[in-house]
Amino acid sequence: MRTAFGAAVAVVLTAGIGWCDVTKPQDVIYVDGAVAASLSGKPGDPAVGAEVMNKGAGNCIACHQVSALSHLPFHGEIGPMLDGVADRWTVAELRGIVANAKVMFEGSMMPSFYRTDGFIRLGDAYTGDAHGDGEVQPLLTAQQVEDVVAYLLTLKEE
Amino acid sequence: MNTSTRIIGATLALAMVPTLGVSDPDEDSLTINGEIAIVTETAAPAHLENVDTIYSGWRFRSDETQAVQMDDFDNPGMIGVENALVDWASADGTEGKSCADCHGEAEELAGVRAVYPKWNEEQGRVTTLEMEVNNCRETRMGAEKWKYTGGDMTDMIALISSVSRGMPVNVAINGPAQSTWEQGKDLYYTRTGQLELSCANCHEDSYGLMIRADHLSQGQINGFPTYRLKNTKLNSVHARFKGCVRDTRAHTYKPGSPEFIALELYVASRGNGLSVEGPSVRN
Repeated sequence: MRTAFGAAVAVVLTAGIGWCDVTKPQDVIYVDGAVAASLSGKPGDPAVGAEVMNKGAGNCIACHQVSALSHLPFHGEIGPMLDGVADRWTVAELRGIVANAKVMFEGSMMPSFYRTDGFIRLGDAYTGDAHGDGEVQPLLTAQQVEDVVAYLLTLKEE
Repeated sequence: MNTSTRIIGATLALAMVPTLGVSDPDEDSLTINGEIAIVTETAAPAHLENVDTIYSGWRFRSDETQAVQMDDFDNPGMIGVENALVDWASADGTEGKSCADCHGEAEELAGVRAVYPKWNEEQGRVTTLEMEVNNCRETRMGAEKWKYTGGDMTDMIALISSVSRGMPVNVAINGPAQSTWEQGKDLYYTRTGQLELSCANCHEDSYGLMIRADHLSQGQINGFPTYRLKNTKLNSVHARFKGCVRDTRAHTYKPGSPEFIALELYVASRGNGLSVEGPSVRN
């Protein structure tokens, strides 16, 4: 059932039309950790992506240093520096890493930003309470993933 | 990127150096009141597989924060100790007894903090200091038990810790406590919540590194209760555990729960050999 639905979404995405261009987290197709098609069916906005790098559930610079964002304070050191990341990875690879880095890097500490199942003791955001029965929202929306990917694509050294 | 932007980028990168690259514990040494020598670095206990040297969280804090703990007149956590000294000497409950009636001076409990959590034969389980305080209150004093992470309780734990300062943490991990210790170890390595972070992700794999503005320590608990400048109060171990688990976007365990008792035993054992420091001062 899920496969059939995923295929249907893929068909719609390929066509690039329709009202349901957004790929749901459970329907994302990873190939060697990379994701070929836009999750939102739309291009990302690098300016919005730059905001997500610093704020909210994105907060990428909590763990990664980015020289182009050095006007923002306190870049973390947990993950690799992102300068030149667009030279090292394809757009599909970057999308896959942002959506769910654990597919490419097993055991990575990096949170899966576009995944909604398989969690242990899932909470209701930062309240400490249980999540409850409602639909689980991914840390980033499909469009936010695309925006971040679009921003990352601007980080070139060559 | 053209040449001029590259130069600007390089300049910015250099300008960033002072705020980045802070890593590893510093080289400072801690003596409290000029007389209590504190071991803040020592060889890891044999059971630790992935860490060679253990460090007190004090070594990861700024000089300014470190200084506050070096003199009891500066340490705001000592106000809690003073509050607890009043409770220590005050009769409460149906038996009309105070702590002092059975235990004498608080200093009589020197060494107790260092070995808790500990197997309680009578109860057939591992108990924490908080549980033993409430055990005394309910069964010996006939008094109401205190809230596990409440102010009265945390102040009392600060008092009991303060008289053990400088003594090495030495919790038992084998014998009847072993299964609880193993449960705690499992929890330490379990990645919880939507962020899927375990204690180990930050405090074993990444200590010494910055996570946003925080300098990650080993998450040692030898300094608890801890006066945090962030919330300007004494914080109990289980309250801190709860905060950490909450920050993984998880459904937390409850203070005083079997899970946090087990986790406390395990985390305490990772600090076997460090000195008791509570009440410590952190950011």
